[in-house]
Amino acid sequence: MNRNPEEVPERLPQPMIQRPGPAASMLIRQANVLDPAAGIDGAFDLLIEDGRISELAEAGTLKPGTGTEVVEAEGLHVFPAFFDPHVHLRTPGQEYKEDLETGTRSAAAGGYAGVLAMANTSPPVSSPADIEALRSQAAEQASVPVGFLATVTRDMAGEELTDMAELREAGAVGFTDDGLPIKNPGIMRRALQYQAMCGGTIALHEEDPDLSAGGSMHEGEVSLNLGLRGVPSISESVMISRDAAIAGYENGRIQVQHLSAIESIEAIRRAKADGVLITCEVTPHHLCLTDEAVRDLDASKHKMNPPLRSEADRQALIAALIDGTIDCIATDHAPHSVDEKEVPYEAANMGVTGLETAFSSIYTELVLPGVLSLELVIEKLGCGGIPFDIEPFSVAENSVANLCLVDLDAEWVVGEDGYESRSTNSWCAGETLKGRVLMTLANGQVAYRLRSFSMGVA
Amino acid sequence: MKHLLTIEDLDRDQVETLLDRADSFAEVTRRDIKKVPTLRGQTVVTLFYESSTRTSSSFELAAKRLSADVVSVKASGSSVDKGESLKDTVETLSAYDPAAIVIRHPYAGAAQMLTRWVGASVINAGDGMHQHPSQALLDVFTLRNRLGSLEGKNIWIVGDVLHSRVARSNIAAFQLMGASVTVCGPPTLIPRGIEASGCRVRHSLDELEQADVVYLLRMQRERMGENFVPSIREYARLFQVNGRRLGPRQLVMHPGPVNRGVEIGSDVIDSDRSLIADQVTSGLAVRMAILYELLTRTDDAVEQSPPDGPVPIGEPA
Repeated sequence: MNRNPEEVPERLPQPMIQRPGPAASMLIRQANVLDPAAGIDGAFDLLIEDGRISELAEAGTLKPGTGTEVVEAEGLHVFPAFFDPHVHLRTPGQEYKEDLETGTRSAAAGGYAGVLAMANTSPPVSSPADIEALRSQAAEQASVPVGFLATVTRDMAGEELTDMAELREAGAVGFTDDGLPIKNPGIMRRALQYQAMCGGTIALHEEDPDLSAGGSMHEGEVSLNLGLRGVPSISESVMISRDAAIAGYENGRIQVQHLSAIESIEAIRRAKADGVLITCEVTPHHLCLTDEAVRDLDASKHKMNPPLRSEADRQALIAALIDGTIDCIATDHAPHSVDEKEVPYEAANMGVTGLETAFSSIYTELVLPGVLSLELVIEKLGCGGIPFDIEPFSVAENSVANLCLVDLDAEWVVGEDGYESRSTNSWCAGETLKGRVLMTLANGQVAYRLRSFSMGVA
Repeated sequence: MKHLLTIEDLDRDQVETLLDRADSFAEVTRRDIKKVPTLRGQTVVTLFYESSTRTSSSFELAAKRLSADVVSVKASGSSVDKGESLKDTVETLSAYDPAAIVIRHPYAGAAQMLTRWVGASVINAGDGMHQHPSQALLDVFTLRNRLGSLEGKNIWIVGDVLHSRVARSNIAAFQLMGASVTVCGPPTLIPRGIEASGCRVRHSLDELEQADVVYLLRMQRERMGENFVPSIREYARLFQVNGRRLGPRQLVMHPGPVNRGVEIGSDVIDSDRSLIADQVTSGLAVRMAILYELLTRTDDAVEQSPPDGPVPIGEPA
């Protein structure tokens, strides 16, 4: 069954597409509701009718209508759902790693109500027909709304621009050659010139391929001990500086993906101070881990690009998230099959999954020890759409229901009950985390419920 | 000690014990009948994913001298050639219930991975640019025999330290045994930050006279294409150790195979200052000792043969 994008309900942000489903109606009672941007912080009853938050009232005051599902949420938290601007859904071509259904289910299990899919599929998403095919597939399979980015250069070869204007008309949210840098600065400049006409933020995987040639982890003491070729931190920052200069010159808009190093943060700070339209993201794993983790040579958990860097880099990323230099948290959810990971470290594919553990890992590693505030984390997990002109979700009255219900006291072992993702290369595999998403409402639909999470009906 | 993966896994006492054991096996190798029954009935698999002459032949011979059954698998001409994964190959070979698997692999950490998949003792015979512990042990053994002790000795490691697993293992082993280590080579071939491991760094041979031992590394010609050195000719002029640069009491070592006329002059190789042939001889005794330590000293095993009295086959026990 092919669905025309026009049939999608109006409440959907235009570039995002989701499988149609029944609109949620339920009463969430006595939840601790936290929506820092809307100034909401306290115990409330939330009445959701026809997919919208129709009432947000003092805890214990709302009575359910007949047949309305009641969720007793005393001691639980409700946050605006998260938005991930950087995931790999592996469709088309690598459905053995992930597809639109498993990837969006994984997102929903992590409290996300929107994700942007990268274009480095097989073949890459380079033509308007590719975007149209993905959108109709998402209309059948995606439990949370998905937006698709197209490649900047045809088939990511770095040589010719894609038909950017037509791709935008077909629904491309933005452009990216993620997985690879755009090596040729002339192509980068042309893409930004074209962007002035057709729009679409360009998301950049910043890495100088000659500087990182052959590297499989951060260049430092650990790579020296392990005899692994290193990727120097400047491999990232030299490209950020280059592209910030080009974007500044052309007044173009760029989103720097998965920042990993101190030098990169400094390059972003300088560009922002110069007025460049530049935003950037950081992953949960770069906030929580360092290259010390690579000593176990477990590629499934600890090999990704950019690599895990030093403790000083990690501390600088945390500080930059707090001071606003880093705009948002993105998972770079990158599923790979066991066969691609259970090989010697240098031979393994790069990337780890992160959607299902993003909140819990940051809550456990950084909020509970008092490094980051819960408010900041909720905000930074939620605002990933802004670089692409997609507004963050809110749980204020009359909003479309995009929220997650979270038990901050719940302890769970990652992977113990399997994953919603098709792949198991979670960087948190086997770890005990605190804080668990029990339910996610995405665009007014129930997108996820933890299997053991029960509810009552009045 | 169940596996031998890196030098860092060993302490000084363990190394001394192992080398004492190697001394007793060296004695065995000088007998007419060079075989002892220690590992009779046990299987040792050698699995080489890279070409090797010294290491593979000496592990194989070491296992045979201990009366083990040996299965030697090389990547070329085996199912590895047909695209079989490391894990599948190892699981297949595990069906023979080997007591030990000796593995050389082009990637760091391959030996460590094996320990997750098999019950056998795993011996790292070289993994990528990471470690080559049996080489380091035989080098320490060779030096101990010549010098008595490494304590306080100055050892210079000269050449392509960056890409060398031998350098990584030997720096650790030499320091463990009390020597001080200097690494020397062009900055492109010295890993950034190596001073943190306690070595001195030099970019010229000017102070080479300080060295008691000069340990040369093989200069691989393919490094030229990657611009690590501008030319082999210039490299040889700056860093070749030859008769003119070497004092009469300085010793020279090399893990082999040597590039005559590149990192080392022929006059040195063939001189009495060269320990290169001794290193190969030591390799056999040290690898016998490694197999012995790992395969007869598990917690529940009874020592089958006292360290100083291995009984040759054919003699009454």
